Amino acid sequence: MSINLSVLLIVLMPLLGVALNGLIPLFWKSARRSEGRIGAIGTAVVAIPFVAAVGLFLGGFEEPHVVRLYTWMAAGEFSASVAYRVDHLSLIMALVVTGVGSLIHLYSIGYMRGDRSYWKFFAYMNLFIFMMLNLVLADNLLLMFLGWEGVGLCSYLLIGFWYEEERNSAAATKAFIVNRVGDFAFLLAMFLLVRELGSLDFGTILAADASISQGTIAAVVFLLFIGATGKSAQIPLFVWLPDAMAGPTPVSALIHAATMVTSGLYLLARMSVLVLQAPMVMAIIAIVGAATALVAATIAIAQTDIKRVLAYSTISQLGFMFMAAGVGAFFVSIFHLMTHAFFKACLFLGAGSVIHGMHQVEHDLKESDGHLDPQDMRTMGGLKAFMPRTRWTYLAATLAIAGIPLTAGFFSKDEILFKAFEMGYDGATYAWLVWIVGLFTALLTAFYMMRSYMLTFEGTPRWPRAGEVTPHESPHTMTIPLVVLAVCSIVGGFIGLPKAAEALGLKNWIHEYLAGHNGHGGAVADPTLHAHVPLATELILILVGSAIAISGVWYAWRYFRRFELAGDELLRARFGRLYHWWSGAYFVDKAYQRTIVGPLMGMAEKALAPFDQHVVDGLANDLAGVMRRLGAAVRRVHSGLIQHYVLGIVLGAAIIVALLITG
Amino acid sequence: MDGALLLNLVIFLPLLGAIPVLLLRDGKGVRVGTLVVTAVTFGLSLVLWLMFSVERGAEVQFSPHAFPLISTAFDIRYAVGVDGMSLLLLVLTTFLGPVVVISSWTNVKSHVKAYHVLLLVLQTGMAGVFCAFDVLLFYVFFELTLIPMYFLIGIWGGERRIYAAIKFVLYTMVGSLLMLVAILYLGHLAGNAVNGGVFTSDYFKLIEYGVPPSLQSWLFVLFALAFAIKVPIFPFHTWLPDAHVEAPTGGSVILAGILLKMGTYGLVRFCLPFFPHAAQDYAVLFAILAVVGIIYGALVSRAQTDAKKLVAFSSVSHLGFVVLGIFAFTLESLQGAMIQMINHGLSTGALFLIVGMLYERRHTRKMSDYGGIARTVPRLTFFMVLTVLASAGLPGLNGFVGEFLILVGAFASDIPGMPILVIFATTGVILAAVYLLWMLSRMFFGPITTEANRSMKDLNRRELAVLVPMAALMILLGVLPRPFLAISEPAVDRLLETIQAKTESAPMTDCGVPVCVDEAWPPEIGWEVGFVLTSDSE
Repeated sequence: MSINLSVLLIVLMPLLGVALNGLIPLFWKSARRSEGRIGAIGTAVVAIPFVAAVGLFLGGFEEPHVVRLYTWMAAGEFSASVAYRVDHLSLIMALVVTGVGSLIHLYSIGYMRGDRSYWKFFAYMNLFIFMMLNLVLADNLLLMFLGWEGVGLCSYLLIGFWYEEERNSAAATKAFIVNRVGDFAFLLAMFLLVRELGSLDFGTILAADASISQGTIAAVVFLLFIGATGKSAQIPLFVWLPDAMAGPTPVSALIHAATMVTSGLYLLARMSVLVLQAPMVMAIIAIVGAATALVAATIAIAQTDIKRVLAYSTISQLGFMFMAAGVGAFFVSIFHLMTHAFFKACLFLGAGSVIHGMHQVEHDLKESDGHLDPQDMRTMGGLKAFMPRTRWTYLAATLAIAGIPLTAGFFSKDEILFKAFEMGYDGATYAWLVWIVGLFTALLTAFYMMRSYMLTFEGTPRWPRAGEVTPHESPHTMTIPLVVLAVCSIVGGFIGLPKAAEALGLKNWIHEYLAGHNGHGGAVADPTLHAHVPLATELILILVGSAIAISGVWYAWRYFRRFELAGDELLRARFGRLYHWWSGAYFVDKAYQRTIVGPLMGMAEKALAPFDQHVVDGLANDLAGVMRRLGAAVRRVHSGLIQHYVLGIVLGAAIIVALLITG
Repeated sequence: MDGALLLNLVIFLPLLGAIPVLLLRDGKGVRVGTLVVTAVTFGLSLVLWLMFSVERGAEVQFSPHAFPLISTAFDIRYAVGVDGMSLLLLVLTTFLGPVVVISSWTNVKSHVKAYHVLLLVLQTGMAGVFCAFDVLLFYVFFELTLIPMYFLIGIWGGERRIYAAIKFVLYTMVGSLLMLVAILYLGHLAGNAVNGGVFTSDYFKLIEYGVPPSLQSWLFVLFALAFAIKVPIFPFHTWLPDAHVEAPTGGSVILAGILLKMGTYGLVRFCLPFFPHAAQDYAVLFAILAVVGIIYGALVSRAQTDAKKLVAFSSVSHLGFVVLGIFAFTLESLQGAMIQMINHGLSTGALFLIVGMLYERRHTRKMSDYGGIARTVPRLTFFMVLTVLASAGLPGLNGFVGEFLILVGAFASDIPGMPILVIFATTGVILAAVYLLWMLSRMFFGPITTEANRSMKDLNRRELAVLVPMAALMILLGVLPRPFLAISEPAVDRLLETIQAKTESAPMTDCGVPVCVDEAWPPEIGWEVGFVLTSDSE
């Protein structure tokens, strides 16, 4: 199969799914009934692109390969095409999107069973995959922006999927608007690039190092980074992601863990040549990433909703990826993006499986037992006895995200920390700070993730009448994806071995694949370093990283095995005010509401609308009133009938014409 | 078929068709008759489009014999034709004809015949506006649209219809009378200068004449004021919400879809080439007003409780983009403005249609009377969401193309301060999402709070017949805008060349980027000379 055909297949199959699962059932009600067919189509249109992408991956090709379809927009000098760019970077992304994506679709077949809008769910999910593939495969920023806004739209639709709940609809709107703030910066970056280069094609942008000033490059990179903080939920725009958990859990796994949030990182990696020319902005990126990682990790410690823990952990892990981008290690940020996609999808789907089980408990309980929130870890506990497959896979993913040696997370996270260290070693002071914050956050990560595992699966069941009412393990369509993802979470890291492994004659495959042989000529650029960290130091760093992960997990295991839920109270007592800030997510939402949203909306409602009515319109009406009084003398002429006015106008005009001609 | 005859038919068939419609007895017949007339007109305009030569898009095509309108003593002629800037607006006009007739099928119950006859008259007026190449002829068509619209609002409107109708007419008329004075004076001047003393309102002669820069300023103001009120540009917009809220759905669709475009079209067609100096002098002012309108319109939209009023204020915001594009004087921004006129006609037209459909079901426009209706009317919701997204400028739908080209073009414009204005204008992208999604979540999502909303009927076939083509066009223009952009590009290019040529005698610093690409201003020769000298001395 030719490359062009494969690319078309990859991009267009999901769109076919949208038509079959979305448009047809919308107009023909009978097409909504067969859940089996809808689920099968929905999954197949993502799985087929995955197979095609694997084919491309195995077949090999000369990169970059551009498939140009047609000119999308053109005016004057400016033009942008619908064109797709296949290189190692976009192919890796496409593999993650379609691979993890098809597993999540498969999982959704069971998870969404019985939902009244089953068809709509799959249509939205397919549309999401379509948009995401446009985002990663686009050959220019404008088409990428289509995917960029498109995934924003799909997340809006999916977060608000159960829109009868006011809360969900509000969360959806919030996600879209916060994303749009980032998109605003993305747009400005494009305006700048078009003005300076006349084009948004990646080929032109990435080759244009000499023709635009350093200041402009810095501005473009900074604006793109702001755009990235929106999609990838970094400070200051991270507030939408935790609320986005209002969507069905597979949505959280797909959009808010494995794919959409990674688009900011992808953007920076795609622009790596440009980013490397803006060292100041890189420092900002790294520091913002480190700050986000730390802040989100502390918040995660104090959350009781299982999905919220995962949401904040996503934000924190994205922070790690931004650290990598900020120290110029773009291939590592993609590497961590990939391993994170495995374990975070596994964790979210595992959480979904737990929620599925707890729903059953909620269903079986009587009203007299009180309300049970199926996402609240405080009423879980001891689930390992009832949901063994979910438990083991969740544990595997937890160990991976904690960075226990030889799991996927270990390799990718350690590489980030190493790259930060290396950059610091090379003379960039900010990198030291990033490195230390990263190490500390890694410790917190191991702790809070193990906490979530312990509170959910270990200890004694805490829901009412736990002896009689018990949850069951989820069906196979749900557990098979869990197992696949868990296996990837454990072994997926071997594609990116640390530099120390070179001593054994082993290569870092992902580095070669993305950055090219020895870091040259690949899709992703590498920074030029002058100093090299000695092998012994690197080995020590690896040991330190391992020790931190193991001690974090070990401590949490001991702590929560002993205290179970009371452990939270002890933490609260220990940290007091600080804990209050953590559980309230530092009250950023409230602050935004008070300083920006509230005043702006208040101004619109209380000042501008009355201003428009009374002042702008009022002046005009007053003017009319003055005219009316002036015209009192000739009142008889003013019959108030519009026909007479018109007649007057025509006559008046005729008189003027006559005057002009005779004069 | 002869193009000239065809064009005459496209303009006057509705007016001619009004005669047999007048003779029809029953309401159904009137509706069907009007539908046939408007549909045939639309079909003919499509034939015209097929015959139109895009390569020669800068030229006026299909012109019939331009006979004198009053007497041979004046050079006032029936000069009509179509160039790249008029074609799409003409087709949009004829397209909305049948759309409005179908959408009024059940909600116009009284004076059915009068309503449809007025619609037909309006169609001719609007088509004429976009085809006239004689300023006085333009003026006649421009005014011709006023009277039917006045009655449409005044007779079939809501509670405060009389107030709204009179306000609409007075506002527009104040502007257009001033413009008439300017036209007469201009024709007189040009007649003396280039037409052997004979008064002329010929479009090309007026351009050829070239108003002396000293006179341009106030003539420009008189013209621009008329159009600014029509668009409407902030702060002349307050007639619009009243007119929209009171107008029947069909009236609102035409108002938003076409009548407002007569303002922006007039600015491009007349103000820029007639008064190039003044237009550039005033560019910053208009751009500022445009940006104020974008933000102000969006914020005031957010504060509305009436869905129709919200959509009305959103027009102020959206047309701000068009005005910004016009006064940025770049090919990209003007092209964006041209396509945005079409886009706004489609998406805001569709918004009014949908709000009208809801009104027909529940007889209320208050957003708080809805809520959660996505469950009861899924198809209507689908079209609403699509239209809202188009309106909010989501890439892949029509609105994005126009907005992006306008902003990207304006950012590269040489008009001073433009980049900063563009930054402010771009916040409109965020604000549009704020008020539009807020409307969606209030009306369509959340729990169903009013019992009456539970039994609401979803779209019927007739309503689908209206919305499906609109939606299809929104997607088509979003995915494949190039063929549409290509139509107006030569004409817009020619316009910028004309402006450039007219202002060349007194070189302006603010010219369009594509024109200036090779001529950096101020010239950098000094640098090069300096460089050469130094290297020689070494």
